Amino acid sequence: MRVTANSKRWVLAATLATALLSAPTMAAELTGTLKKIKETGLITLGHRESSIPFSYYDDKQQVIGYSQDLMLKVVEAIKADLKMATIDIKLLPVTPSNRITLLQNGSLDIECGSTTNNTERQKQVSFSTTIFIIETRLLTRTNSGIKDFPDLAGKNVVTTAGTTSERLLRKMNEDKKMSMSIISAKDHGEAFLTLETGRAVAFMMDDALLFGEMAKARRASDWVVVGTPQSFEAYGCMLPKDDPAFKKVVDGALSKAMTSGEAERIYAKWFLQPIPPKGLNLNFPLSDAMKALYKSPNDKAYD
Amino acid sequence: MAYNWNWDVFLQPTATGDDTYLGWMFYGLKMTIALSLSAWVIALALGAVVGVLRTVPNKWLSGFAAAYVEVFRNIPLLVQLFLWYFVMPELLPVDWGNALKQTNPVLQQFLASMLCLALFTSARVAEQVRSGINSLPPGQKNAGLAMGFTLPQTYRFVLLPMAVRLIIPPLTSEFLNIFKNSAVCSTIGLLELAAQGRQLVDYTAQPYESFIAVTLAYLLINVVVMFGMRWVEAHVRVPGYIGGK
Repeated sequence: MRVTANSKRWVLAATLATALLSAPTMAAELTGTLKKIKETGLITLGHRESSIPFSYYDDKQQVIGYSQDLMLKVVEAIKADLKMATIDIKLLPVTPSNRITLLQNGSLDIECGSTTNNTERQKQVSFSTTIFIIETRLLTRTNSGIKDFPDLAGKNVVTTAGTTSERLLRKMNEDKKMSMSIISAKDHGEAFLTLETGRAVAFMMDDALLFGEMAKARRASDWVVVGTPQSFEAYGCMLPKDDPAFKKVVDGALSKAMTSGEAERIYAKWFLQPIPPKGLNLNFPLSDAMKALYKSPNDKAYD
Repeated sequence: MAYNWNWDVFLQPTATGDDTYLGWMFYGLKMTIALSLSAWVIALALGAVVGVLRTVPNKWLSGFAAAYVEVFRNIPLLVQLFLWYFVMPELLPVDWGNALKQTNPVLQQFLASMLCLALFTSARVAEQVRSGINSLPPGQKNAGLAMGFTLPQTYRFVLLPMAVRLIIPPLTSEFLNIFKNSAVCSTIGLLELAAQGRQLVDYTAQPYESFIAVTLAYLLINVVVMFGMRWVEAHVRVPGYIGGK
């Protein structure tokens, strides 16, 4: 058959028209992450190894924590939304340094740990409704004499590599010419080891995590959290960028947990009661910022 | 995959305002080169001594050298690094340990890394030196002794000049390895090339640009080392041996 340029154009137009007409039915179909989960029957969750009490291993190497509980609520919601009988869960431990890359390359579907939602990260990934709001402060020995940030001038200070605290600490060092020596440890556990062995006088980190490190310490009474908060940060679950359908299901599940009082029960379980591995109570009361969040869930970043 | 490429990121001032991100990469490159070269010099010196000791007739000396090689070659590099950095200061007398821990953290990290890389690599160099010496016909040693040389003189004037030249190709590999192994030191917080790359990811959320830059920097170091060692190899070839005229 001889096809003229004219008839080719006609075929193209017809195809386009069909495509446009069928668009409404296409939109109802699953896309992106939800489609992948439905097809494979598998969801890969990113978790942390030592972010107490958000996401960490207990003494049986099971992943537990506040963020982990919320993430499992999200998985339930996804299962209901996709009308699946069962959903296989694969757990993948992540670090601050690899979590964004692993999410971008599709190794992870969602990560709920202690990840701050900020504008730089929003260029690469998307964030769910905020799950926690923290302040950045200092952990130090009760007898160290450190009361606030100016006391750190000329001292060795440790923080965890890749965190907002590291950035704030370096900036403070430059801006105020404090000549601190800043040690960037690989994770929170190693940062606390650096503090405990006396290499650093203080450990700057998110307050909730500092209380978590205290809970792990040999004698919690040796340690104290001090200092004026340097920043507020909103933790969110990281989701693949540009996947609004998936984000909607995740946000829906989290908002429902918060407004229904479920989230507050989970909070009480991890912050106001004894937790593994040592049965220590963090005694970290619900802050005003958190109460406001539970009342009206949102995904706003602080910077 | 949704990725937002941005190569200009290297020219941006850092979040802490002290430099550009490119400046951070150069700092890391300098640290990697300084660390690896200093460790390599120590590894060559120690490795040569231990390698010679492994071949001497004295049972105690060769036994000591064999134990040295097995210890430093068989414990994983990462474990050795943690032992030097975290455990060693706790084993010193308390005052010494505390004094050490109060010094500049970069210096502590650098020294622990240098010592760790140097000893690990020296065990491998020692094995190359031993194999070089053992590859020579036994007649050479006997001839040296028959000439009236003492054993140390035989090593100095007969065996080592031959053996060292024979092992240059495997030594090149070790030299290349020490640069690559130095990346392990980022785990104790030393801001060398790999650590700066990772830090760039943390600060800019541009992982691909950072890792590509780091890869190219390692490649550059290793190409320079490779050509340098080829030049050395060509200039010290033994006439009459493989490749020699």
